[in-house]
Amino acid sequence: MSESSVATHAGHHREGFVKHYFFSLDHKMIGRQFLFTGMFMLVIGGLLAMMVRWQLGYPEEPLPFMGGFSEDFWDGESWWAQTAPFGIVTSEFYNTLFTMHATIMIFFVVMPIMVGGFGNFLIPICIGAKDMAFPVLNMLSYWTFVPGVLLMLLSFFVPGGAAGGGWTNYAPLAAVPDYAGVEGHWGVTLWCISLFIIGFSSLMGSINYITTIINMRAPGMTLFRMPLTVWSLFIVAILLLLALPVLTSALAMMVFDRMFGTHFFIPDGGGEPLLWQHLFWFFGHPEVYILVLPAMGVTSDVLSVFARKPIFGYRAMVYSMCAIALLSWVVWGHHMFQSGMDPVLGTAFTLTTMLIAVPSAIKTFNWLGTLWGSSIRFTTAMWFALGFVSLFTIGGLSGIFMASTPVDIFIHDTYYIVAHIHYVVAGIIFGIFAGLYFWFPKMFGRMMSETLGKLHFLLTFVFFNLTFFPMHFLGVGGHMRRIYNPEQYEFLQPWQEMNTFITMMALCLGASQIFFVINFVGSLIWGRRAEANPWEANTLEWDAPSPPPHGNFIEDPVVYRGAYEYSSPEVEEDWLPQSVLLEPIAAEQEDHD
Amino acid sequence: MLEQLIDLMNRLNVNMLSWLPEAASTYAQAIDEVFYIIYIITGLAFLLVTVLMFWFLLQFKARPGRRARYSHGNVALELIWTIVPTLVFLGIFFYSQSTWSIIKYPSVFPEYDVHVRVVAKQFAWEFHYPGPDGEFDTDDDRMFDGEMYVPVDKVIGMQLRGSDVIHSFFVPEFRLKQDILPRRDIPAWFNATKTGRFEAPCAELCGPGHSGMKGWVNVYDDAEYQAWVAEQWPPAPVEEAPAVDAGAEETGQADMPQGDVPPQGEADPEDGGQADTVE
Repeated sequence: MSESSVATHAGHHREGFVKHYFFSLDHKMIGRQFLFTGMFMLVIGGLLAMMVRWQLGYPEEPLPFMGGFSEDFWDGESWWAQTAPFGIVTSEFYNTLFTMHATIMIFFVVMPIMVGGFGNFLIPICIGAKDMAFPVLNMLSYWTFVPGVLLMLLSFFVPGGAAGGGWTNYAPLAAVPDYAGVEGHWGVTLWCISLFIIGFSSLMGSINYITTIINMRAPGMTLFRMPLTVWSLFIVAILLLLALPVLTSALAMMVFDRMFGTHFFIPDGGGEPLLWQHLFWFFGHPEVYILVLPAMGVTSDVLSVFARKPIFGYRAMVYSMCAIALLSWVVWGHHMFQSGMDPVLGTAFTLTTMLIAVPSAIKTFNWLGTLWGSSIRFTTAMWFALGFVSLFTIGGLSGIFMASTPVDIFIHDTYYIVAHIHYVVAGIIFGIFAGLYFWFPKMFGRMMSETLGKLHFLLTFVFFNLTFFPMHFLGVGGHMRRIYNPEQYEFLQPWQEMNTFITMMALCLGASQIFFVINFVGSLIWGRRAEANPWEANTLEWDAPSPPPHGNFIEDPVVYRGAYEYSSPEVEEDWLPQSVLLEPIAAEQEDHD
Repeated sequence: MLEQLIDLMNRLNVNMLSWLPEAASTYAQAIDEVFYIIYIITGLAFLLVTVLMFWFLLQFKARPGRRARYSHGNVALELIWTIVPTLVFLGIFFYSQSTWSIIKYPSVFPEYDVHVRVVAKQFAWEFHYPGPDGEFDTDDDRMFDGEMYVPVDKVIGMQLRGSDVIHSFFVPEFRLKQDILPRRDIPAWFNATKTGRFEAPCAELCGPGHSGMKGWVNVYDDAEYQAWVAEQWPPAPVEEAPAVDAGAEETGQADMPQGDVPPQGEADPEDGGQADTVE
């Protein structure tokens, strides 16, 4: 696609309702579509988590609000009466709940919001392009994603229910329908097909992102002048392009094993269960960084804007993201230390895992360095970015425990792991919120309420920690993950109170999100109109009107400097946009690093 | 040194690892030591980051008339916080590695005193004993459902055999965890240092009955164990009989037709037990 055809396409203005809101070719509308889909799935994924927590806190007691159903209802044939008789979560349903919670949160919340939503909205506008390189492919990427979503949701309602083998769906439990112990085999099969489909959606997106970033940067926008959010999305697109086909092929093999009698992962026919684990984690570890890198990028940008200070060690930030991306291909075995894989391999994977911790440490210290000597504006976006840094610190440090093979012997498959993944992956939600509060004015042309936002942050941060930090304690106590009823174990009985406490805090965490919904919806309708650059930020998206029209910029931007010239001595204000041309002498001094 | 630090953490009430189940095997102590060292290192790192962050947030709040420092970084500082973590992580790696290899490398397993074959199936453990002849799959084999009996202070060699899906044999007090794969024998060992009855749950999701899949490890002192052995295998003369494949019948309960059963009698690491774990 040449520049000129993009320009032609971006030149269209009047569109019908359907063309504008559903089959739009505008990267910003497609970004919003991914965002809204992801937020809808966040509600579902959150409700699943609440049911998981209910069962752990109050084992085999009816879920709340079940009193309203009549006796006749429970005697009936309806889906809910069959799935959760008398409102009680069965062990089969419980397995489905945590499997689908993780699947939805990873593939249908964090990926679509971060990569699909922010990626689509921000990449072209932050590099000064009018749109993506391939607008039609971009639209197709969203509309390929939709059937994946629908199939995944549909799988709750097939006989036997949705997949229940954990989000990792290890073979042979997931490869042989009979082992699942439920009367239908469509759950895991639909799970595979759905992920297979959204794999194509991600491929289309990633090709588009890479092409756009390489080819369509505005004049003067060198790679090392790009904001770190764009850098992170660029690296993520490359990881997606390389990692997802591995999962997609493994899923195809799994479907073949389940439906067509092959034995890729089934030992009775000469297959190898560990092959699934190797393929899954060869995809799965880069996937973790696919999830977390954009949150790191967003956090870096938000921190720098509200600290009114250049990001500390910009190049080190870029290089450490590249290092993370490279090393992420050689650490997958740390998920498999106890799997029966040769323990000598475990040694090798410990070494690589220890090495990948280094760039993460560098990033954390650089964030601190950004704060040092700064002039902080405590906006909601800033609070969420700071929240992400502190949660990522805990999540990163707790990862060192399981990287150490002997300690992993004990904490593998316990709540210690559950605590760790939630500090890292659920911590990403803080990055998402930071980005949403920050870019909302640009996305929707209105300001969000700062008061409600700060209240939302405070409650979320407190209840998040009260929910997930105690899980470390349970894990140290040996509490296994993925168990339906902890009271079945004598050694866990003394800690049931802790489980109940965590459940109450998790319910509060869920309830706190109401303030976000009120703020988000209310601001969409009644929010104060946003000016073009409400945060006094430097990057190109703030040159465009809020919200930007189709084609983004009134005047084609030209870039004269990096993205982080805050409190520069060259100007009186404490920001200096990338596109502002200063007097020739000052302009020569372009790249400070 | 470590003990004093643990003591200090206990007094300050910041010892998360006080939640650990009691240590009841030889390597439990070693694992806990690594656990504590990492806990102390990461705890200090956490403290450092948190204190700096709070200090910066309080100190550098925007005030009218003050401008942020215009700085793009500091090479010396960045080198420090690249090199120091690298060295610390490498240190943790080497320290971890020595403990890991002792526990998990089949080539350095200690000599077994007692052999047990653990068969995992949905949703129970079976513990097979070879009997007086020391050979599995012979007439004098005995199987105990969900109950394992071992002597204290002896090396127990296990042959972990799967039959259907993946399970994981976990004894929290022994700090022992090893996944069990279908159609494969994986060697593992432990040496219990305390007598008692220890719960042994399955730690890998194995289906709807996963929760509650557990057994018990009964650790007897020497006299008790000898008495138990005498009770199970009365010293009456046993008739000579051809080695019937009793073990295969036991494991043949799987939902799937039997394929090739793994080679027998590989509990001893010296004669090929390790070959089964190699990919």
